[in-house]
Amino acid sequence: MSIHIQVQTDDFNVGDEHNTLCSNNKSDGAVVTFTGLVREFSSGDNVIALELEHYPGMTEQLLQSIAEQAQKRWQLARICIIHRVGYLALGEQIVFVGVTSRHRQAAFEGAQFIMDYLKNHATFWKKEHFKNSSNWVEFKQSDKQALGKWES
Amino acid sequence: MAVGNEINQNDAVSSAGKVELLFFGQLKERLKCSKLSLEITQPLTISELKLRLVSQYPHWQPWLEERELLAALNQTMSSSDVIVKAGDELAFFPPVTGG
Repeated sequence: MSIHIQVQTDDFNVGDEHNTLCSNNKSDGAVVTFTGLVREFSSGDNVIALELEHYPGMTEQLLQSIAEQAQKRWQLARICIIHRVGYLALGEQIVFVGVTSRHRQAAFEGAQFIMDYLKNHATFWKKEHFKNSSNWVEFKQSDKQALGKWES
Repeated sequence: MAVGNEINQNDAVSSAGKVELLFFGQLKERLKCSKLSLEITQPLTISELKLRLVSQYPHWQPWLEERELLAALNQTMSSSDVIVKAGDELAFFPPVTGG
């Protein structure tokens, strides 16, 4: 079982990450990846960029712990989590989660679990930049509610 | 009892020193401060430390008393009754919004 965690300012290549998850991996029949992008509309205004900051050290520990929790619940042989920080323009990639498993259900659920926990616990803060102003993003209750399906 | 008290006093004397404070996100912007060393003479809870900060920087009060403010002691999420000691790293921040 392997876990790869990376917090970086640089962009990532989804194809490369996908290949890494698949290469020399004969036991897994499923790969699920998620990529989050900077989108245009938030609270009505046109977002032109996002600025992301994090708590170095604590963020990586939290992501590692989320990945380990996912591996306890599902048989996920490989997990890759990449999160970008810094100034990200509209359309740029923010986050990547990729997991491999023997079968698709564990891979789908594992990837979703990781994203739901990342949204609620990983120490990142997002600021939206508009044409003439900027605004810190507020925590969404819907993200908290998303955790409900994993509590049992 | 007497012995216990003596030990506590000794602990208090040896535990004087600095706590490294970190602020993130909107809080950092409002306080116009990302880090700060705070001298303490004895262990105190996170909420007591907050009061110390407010007495030192009264204009920080509305932001430090924000109900949703979170704290992490030595990079572990911690409630306000957790004890802070010299040499610790204590971070304050608003709810997270990554992903």
